[in-house]
Amino acid sequence: MSATSASDTSGAHRARRFKTDRDVVEWQGDYRRYDIAKEVLISFLVVLVLVVACAIVFSSPDDPPVTVKSWSNAAPVDFAQTAMAELNGTSGVATYGPPYTNTAGASQKLGPISLEHAVGVRIPINTAQDFVLKPLATLPNRPALDAALAEYQGASATQRTKWDAAYKRVVANATFSSGQLVVKGGPYGPVGVLIGNLESMARTGALDGALLATPQLYATNYTNPLLFIADGMYLADQASLRHLQGSQWGMMNETGNFPGQAWLWLYTMWYQVPPMNSSSNGDIEVWAIMMALTLLLALVPFIPGLRSIPRRIGIYRLIWRHHYRSLGPDVLSQMPPGRTPSRR
Amino acid sequence: MSARPEPPSWTGRVRHAVFSAYPPEQLLPERQPAYVSSWIYVFGVLTLASLIAVVSSGIVLVIFGPAWWHVSSVGHFVNSLHLWSAEMFFFFMAVHLWGKFFMAAWRGGRALTWMAGSICFLASIATAFTGYLSQQNFDSEWISTQAKDGINATGAGAFWNVLNFGQMLMWHIVLLPLIVAILIGLHVLLVRRHGVVPPFAPTEAQLAKAGLSLTTTVTAATSLLVPQELTEPSPQEQPLLQEPLAQEPTSEEPPAQEPLAQEPTSEEPTSEEPLWTLPEDQS
Repeated sequence: MSATSASDTSGAHRARRFKTDRDVVEWQGDYRRYDIAKEVLISFLVVLVLVVACAIVFSSPDDPPVTVKSWSNAAPVDFAQTAMAELNGTSGVATYGPPYTNTAGASQKLGPISLEHAVGVRIPINTAQDFVLKPLATLPNRPALDAALAEYQGASATQRTKWDAAYKRVVANATFSSGQLVVKGGPYGPVGVLIGNLESMARTGALDGALLATPQLYATNYTNPLLFIADGMYLADQASLRHLQGSQWGMMNETGNFPGQAWLWLYTMWYQVPPMNSSSNGDIEVWAIMMALTLLLALVPFIPGLRSIPRRIGIYRLIWRHHYRSLGPDVLSQMPPGRTPSRR
Repeated sequence: MSARPEPPSWTGRVRHAVFSAYPPEQLLPERQPAYVSSWIYVFGVLTLASLIAVVSSGIVLVIFGPAWWHVSSVGHFVNSLHLWSAEMFFFFMAVHLWGKFFMAAWRGGRALTWMAGSICFLASIATAFTGYLSQQNFDSEWISTQAKDGINATGAGAFWNVLNFGQMLMWHIVLLPLIVAILIGLHVLLVRRHGVVPPFAPTEAQLAKAGLSLTTTVTAATSLLVPQELTEPSPQEQPLLQEPLAQEPTSEEPPAQEPLAQEPTSEEPTSEEPLWTLPEDQS
């Protein structure tokens, strides 16, 4: 039986010192019978019984999603205000930065490094065109809308900005009555017609389909409608009612009284503590922490001090108590780090 | 003149390598070291059993398509099986991971086993996450719109778009399960190759305090990535701790002036003499 050795750079072998937290004393003791096939089968049956019982008793959550249609019917003013922000380029998505827009200074940074800026705009989104003007252009047989679209798109940028600003002021105090958005008059040109038609389009469900428009028949990419919906207040309000906001540890929660993604507790926890909970770079800071912790977890075997924790806290004495007692009546009480009562 | 022996084929070399590394009795053992005697050891198998339940229920969902469980009571029940088996998979895996941490299960050339297991844990989290994104309900909608900020901040969101249902579904049912399966396969094979980590050995002083004065031979891991062969089971009548075996004189032996001794570091116990003895002291 040989002692530990390792090759050095010259190819010769040198002795490697025994380290308690890295090396083992090879087992020379007894073996006992073990039936792995039986253990796997019994374990599977136990799991199956537990899973079926939980599925019958607790079922699984399936709250319907918020669609543009359900949002605009439930909160039509919020929808109109969000649509206006998409049109004048002040919404969350319009000012997001990479990978959606080129907004200056919007990228999160870790020190001097901005990974999302380095990657750039890979999913370009022009909220005015993609969320408002292009969907409106798909509506057939609406001469007034066609004229408003032509007027808006043919105007100068300065003129459009004036119209947008004027409408933004009145829509802030809008109401909804008899199926119509009610706003005060003002110098907002064709914008009132555009937003009013978009509201009607949304309430019928036509905007949901228009936002998904692709050259293919089958659409599977929901980036545009999801970003549009998430820009409004309605989705966040619904999430708050279900205790799903980020400040409510929402990433690991799930609708209803279900366990959710409990395994994300550590990731979610970092969002609750300063400085990440108020930092404009909070996301990249949390990810940097989690990546570092992930590396530590995977590399525990090589990190002095960290790999000593199991021996120091001594829970192994509980796990292997039968083994230590089999060595002698008082061996367990002598094992590091402290002393535990022997069976005597 | 005799014909030159035919060189082994690539197939023959692969077969030899596989069966040398994993003889059937090592791959499916019928005996375990006596110290493998705790409920904590069950959680590894329970994790595997839960994975079988996860995959089985997932296959049924795949057969009928992603929208089926929203419109069918049977489908909803299968989705519930999928959810709860995933919850149990994570619960058992977490207990298994903590148990292995408390045992310092990376000792004795088992670092790669630990790393494969911990990376598998992360891959499983990604798999479950994409599952939540593929539900087509409020949960998937809210989680995707919230998670995009973190993913985008790393730059990965430009390529891995959590708002793209089709992309996330494909990752959930094809790529990530494949990665998890490969990692778990590697993890299990490494466990079979290296065996279950032995307990921390008591030092001589500790045994002396317990009224014992045994010595034994130490074999430390030769490398973190070059595994030790599983020790052949000793006969039942063999004493628990053997007397030291004579060490064969080889050129690879440590020189006398560089004795194999416990390195005095802050992380190692230094106040008591270790149980193991030097080869030259064993006479």
